[in-house]
Amino acid sequence: MELCDLTIHEAHDLLRARQISSTELTRSVLERIHHLDPQLRAYITLAEEQALEQAAQADVRVQTGRDITPLTGIPFSAKDSIITQGMRTTCGSRILENYIPPYQATAIQRLIAAGAVLVGKNNMDEFGMGSSCENSAFFPTRNPWDIERVPGGSSGGSATAVATSMALFALGGDTGGSIRMPASFCGIVGLKPTYGRVSRYGLVALASSFDTIGPMARDVQDTALVLSVIAGVDPRDSTTLQAPVPAYANKLKEDVRGLRLGIPKEYFVEGMESGVASAIQDAIRVYQSLGVEIREVSLPNARFGLPVYYLILFAEASANLARFDGVRFGRSDRTETGDLVDQYLRTRQNGFGAEVKRRIMLGAFTLSEGYYDAYYLKAQKGRALIRRDFEMAFTQVDALITPVCPTTAFKLGEKVDDPLAMYLSDVYVVSVNPAGVPALALPCGFANGLPVGMQLIGNFLGEDLLFQLGYAYQQNMQWHRQRPGLL
Amino acid sequence: MPTDSQSPRFDIDLVKHIAFLVRLGISEEEAQVFGQQFETIIEYFNLLNEADLAGIDPAGQARHACNILREDEVQPSLSRDAFLANVPEHDGVYVKVPVVTGVE
Repeated sequence: MELCDLTIHEAHDLLRARQISSTELTRSVLERIHHLDPQLRAYITLAEEQALEQAAQADVRVQTGRDITPLTGIPFSAKDSIITQGMRTTCGSRILENYIPPYQATAIQRLIAAGAVLVGKNNMDEFGMGSSCENSAFFPTRNPWDIERVPGGSSGGSATAVATSMALFALGGDTGGSIRMPASFCGIVGLKPTYGRVSRYGLVALASSFDTIGPMARDVQDTALVLSVIAGVDPRDSTTLQAPVPAYANKLKEDVRGLRLGIPKEYFVEGMESGVASAIQDAIRVYQSLGVEIREVSLPNARFGLPVYYLILFAEASANLARFDGVRFGRSDRTETGDLVDQYLRTRQNGFGAEVKRRIMLGAFTLSEGYYDAYYLKAQKGRALIRRDFEMAFTQVDALITPVCPTTAFKLGEKVDDPLAMYLSDVYVVSVNPAGVPALALPCGFANGLPVGMQLIGNFLGEDLLFQLGYAYQQNMQWHRQRPGLL
Repeated sequence: MPTDSQSPRFDIDLVKHIAFLVRLGISEEEAQVFGQQFETIIEYFNLLNEADLAGIDPAGQARHACNILREDEVQPSLSRDAFLANVPEHDGVYVKVPVVTGVE
């Protein structure tokens, strides 16, 4: 075990006691990256010098004993769709291959102000469009449990980095499962917060009414520590919520006895791998033994979640990605003789990958005259149904338990040429985003040597309860302590 | 006009038309492959026709959003130099683009 293999809270205790320094910890993370990343490829951009400078500053902060936070001196990475001032931000796309942002995302700014050390930027499916990390314009990331398999997506680089201690935690982005799904495939914890809990300022927009930034870490306690720092009102994002931010990590240990956990019956029907189903059943039994009341509930419109999610996503993505026009920033393919429209056509043809092209075209289609009512408007109504399903369920229970994904990590290349099959792997995660509620993914076993993740879905602003349930589970089951064999 | 039960056929001309709507250059081969994929995807999404949406108001947001306004005070914004650093082509302080009105 190296220093980088510590969790945030373990490293914090040692930093505070001055038994280790942030410089030593950061060097250990960088060594791990040099050792493993040539094989796993979790990083698009590394910022070693800057990280060591930030670590040195954190060490000064600890030595003077002032303003030490639980994240001071802790090395982290960020999905490459989160804007980092002065550090290349590609979104996994050729169209932003050389983009150096002149401003900082609020979540990054808050972490750096807390003394966390930004090591680099993680690989992802281009603009967050994908469930396997294979849609990166640069290279696929590998799953550390089996390098022939995908890490999940779209925050796949971040999940692989955290699972192998190439960062102690990461910021991911979740528009329709992009934090939870790779967390599940890589055996780590990931939180999709309530919509508006964390500022989206500086998150490159995919579907603005679904997009969230959230933490990915090795255990529930670490995840809670990070959320407390990044959550809260931001004048730069008018959708952020006014509700006060609790010190989530202080409430973890509250007793879960008597809480009500719902099993949505529509999620447990068909298409689920048997190893996944049995791991979830085992987790349900653990909660029963902890005194949690288990109830079956119904989300009657669950099967419409996938079309509702994707139809709205296509439309919003189509509008959001119109900004990549080769005029103000990013790639620009212009010729001596061509006009402005010619430049748009060339820039976008050469700059976007196939999945991005598919989605913005389908978005324009569903918004176009004659099809708007049949697709986009219908999806907006479907969204109201899905929201209502969750509202009804949360009158009966405090949280829901489901798998994250119907399968464990699939093989590289297995679904990449079949877009619909790739979309179907998101069936359990996408409905959460149209409803805006929070969901926590955490490891709950293995099937054929690959991690299985469970999803706990909470009510609006119910992150504290999800953390309590997750923490109670991790006090009793040790799946999150399993590490990939290549470490 | 399409009806609820009828999926559109994405022939090459329709795919190329949509590509132009989003200002995306596209080859014949790409248009053909995308057309087939779009039919499969949209056909699956027609599942939504089975939902009972009578009397349901469309929802644009997860929760009701309201306008958030700040005091109308001048605040610092991005400097001109910082902005121009990412501009693909500029002439002094002017952003340069290819001719807009068509090439003679």
